[in-house]
Amino acid sequence: MSHLFQHRRARYCALVLLLGLFPVNQSTAQELGDHQYTTEAIQAGLRVYSRECALCHGPQGDLVSGINLRRGQFRTAQSDDDLRSVITEGRAQGQMPAFNLREAELSGVIAYIRAGFDPDGVAVRIGNPQRGEALFNGKGECSQCHRVNGIGPRTAPDLSSIGVLRTPASLQLNLLDPAAAILPINRPVRIVTRNEETIIGRRLNEDTYTVQLIDSQERLRSLIKEELVTYEISDLPSKQPTNLSADEVADVVAYLLTLNGQGAEQ
Amino acid sequence: MKMISRVAAILGICLASSASFAQVPYERILNAEQEPHNWLTYNGGYMSQRYSQLDQITRDNVGDLELKWVLQNQVFGAWQSNPIVVDGIMYVTERPNSVMAVDAITGRMFWKYVHTPDERSRVCCGANNRGVAVLDDKVYMGTLDARLVALDRINGELLWNAEVGDVGLAYSVTMAPLAVKDKIIVGVGGGEFGIRGYVAAFDAETGAQVWRTYTIPGPGEPGHDTWQGDDWMYGGAPVWITGSFDPEQNLTFWGVGNPGPDWNAEQRPGDNLYSDSVIALDADSGELAWYFQFTPNDAYDYDSVQVPLLADINWNGTPKKAMMWANRNGYFYVLDRTTGECLVGEPYVRVNWSSGLDENCRPIPTPQPDGMPTYPGNQGGTNWYPPSYSPRTGLFYFSAWEDYATIYYSEDQEYTPGRAFLGGGFSVLAPTQGAPTIGIGRTNPVNNWTNEVGHASLKAMDPNTGAEVWEFEQYDVSDSGMLTTASDLLITGGREGYFHVLDARSGELLYHKNLGGQIVMAPVTYMVDGVQYVSIISGNSLFNFALKD
Repeated sequence: MSHLFQHRRARYCALVLLLGLFPVNQSTAQELGDHQYTTEAIQAGLRVYSRECALCHGPQGDLVSGINLRRGQFRTAQSDDDLRSVITEGRAQGQMPAFNLREAELSGVIAYIRAGFDPDGVAVRIGNPQRGEALFNGKGECSQCHRVNGIGPRTAPDLSSIGVLRTPASLQLNLLDPAAAILPINRPVRIVTRNEETIIGRRLNEDTYTVQLIDSQERLRSLIKEELVTYEISDLPSKQPTNLSADEVADVVAYLLTLNGQGAEQ
Repeated sequence: MKMISRVAAILGICLASSASFAQVPYERILNAEQEPHNWLTYNGGYMSQRYSQLDQITRDNVGDLELKWVLQNQVFGAWQSNPIVVDGIMYVTERPNSVMAVDAITGRMFWKYVHTPDERSRVCCGANNRGVAVLDDKVYMGTLDARLVALDRINGELLWNAEVGDVGLAYSVTMAPLAVKDKIIVGVGGGEFGIRGYVAAFDAETGAQVWRTYTIPGPGEPGHDTWQGDDWMYGGAPVWITGSFDPEQNLTFWGVGNPGPDWNAEQRPGDNLYSDSVIALDADSGELAWYFQFTPNDAYDYDSVQVPLLADINWNGTPKKAMMWANRNGYFYVLDRTTGECLVGEPYVRVNWSSGLDENCRPIPTPQPDGMPTYPGNQGGTNWYPPSYSPRTGLFYFSAWEDYATIYYSEDQEYTPGRAFLGGGFSVLAPTQGAPTIGIGRTNPVNNWTNEVGHASLKAMDPNTGAEVWEFEQYDVSDSGMLTTASDLLITGGREGYFHVLDARSGELLYHKNLGGQIVMAPVTYMVDGVQYVSIISGNSLFNFALKD
């Protein structure tokens, strides 16, 4: 057991160095490719925003009632395409005028908003939530393990509130590199008991003497660690990096961001 | 006849009362080890060893412990109070500043005194109070609004209420006072608010201040040149944990907290004496006899507010008046308490803010680059939780945090009176970005941060070498102090809410019980009517255990 712990510690130190501390460093940015906006786009967006948007929306993006651009609060828009059409078409009987921006300026200002107005921040592309929901339940195979609003298995974490618990960057990383994004408590466990039962499950809680988990049959189990023959905590999550395209990932992230713990819409 | 028996009965009551409510003169505290059925000071005696001569509970019968009574706290929040027990009466405080006198056999209350602190009170880390001091017929408590109150020990009535510091400038008292001779000595908190720290002694009878010694030397005093400009005026260096007393030297010893602003060391160039030091003060005059600084120009909030644990030991063949100290900065020290000379200085957890200690135990600084983790993290390798030393095993025991690191950032900050003066901040290193981490106190009954952000190791240290002899690991971190007994038991707790009893020689686990709430203070032990009790606070309840009848 102590050997396992040491092994995992070594790995997590490496991960922290690569991802935790330098989320926007060169190698990571290249790895993430076109899943997110570049630093150059965000910084170009700052210039566009200051010139075209700040007069009405203010330097912090919060001067128009009901909207906080920096915090990602919009009246209707969800996806980047929605923002694109608001900017190019205008809204509210001309109170939000239509802007005729070049493509690079347009994507830049969206990147700046998605980066939370931080020119050194991370701006994840947010796609279409309706398409994302279809991918979640279909091609993406997410719903085979995750539960949303009372539907789906309970073995993987329930995602009904995930949109308010995680940032877009964290959700995206979960899809692209689940091993780097998995919360430590969710690491899969494999246990062999004294009566030779093998339990595969997901930890819910642990302390010095006991561990509580949900097993693959969705049973809540509480076990005394001293009585276990084997207790292994896997470094790797049970899912692989997604095969979805960059656009599809943006759609799934958009869908996940709509999951706010308020239950299914009636 | 009836009348006579009634008079006799009344007389009998009076006699019984005077017998059970004996005074607690200084001499009794001085010889506290001669009455192990009581727990007379915060740390169980002036040497602060938290070692009890009681031996009714042993490794053979510890399995027969049973719960005798529970005292429920009426106020939520970490309960860091340390009970005092005098002749069958327990005195324990409750947040923010109440004192309760409780029957130590049944847990029923005799009286409760409530002090409501001034609404301007400011403390960094919770409305904590760590307990009272007793002397003669009085009980003393420091308050969040920087007062010292004296109560009648028999009826809980207020006798006097003295100002220790200016509440408007965020001075506070959270420690249990130390009663020495005819004085009550306290230090002040406020290291996150730009105070200038001090230790002050008050006349036990009247509440008049007798002496005050600043922990930051003023102009013209030795050490003042370790500060530049006006930095000394709001440089922190609080004293918020009870000190120790060596009657032979007539010296009191105090751990001094961090300099301010906490995380911007460049803003206050110099060693910043006597922050992060132990200071030895004359008990009668407050005059500084010596000091030893653990962390000069601290950038990590490594308060040296640990308990100065005193022991007379045979150190590598030489009799030494020693002081043992597991510091928040990750090093374990043994000092000669007559001079302040450092005998041993060894890291007990991973340390990377310094590459080691020089021959005088001054750290060799190795600050980490921006954005990189510093070990130990902000809460330290250990913190204020009281350690223990057993003269029988010759080992020093304390709670350490392993594999715990934080990433610091600093920024320039102007001092504003009474406001937070931090100069930056920190985040706890997590295995995954955005994952839950650990903070001050346990915030969730579900441990979703896991041992990967840090976990507890109870360490038994050899003062001869500074080496770890054994350790007992816990899955979560621990803020629990230690208690050892003459039957070689080591009793402690942790944030998970387990009450643990170990073999003090080997570290073997003998007993554990889930009490359900974080244990953030040390257990104490006492005896009434021939029964040894162990008292431990978990969550909002004080649990008292003894052997089955």
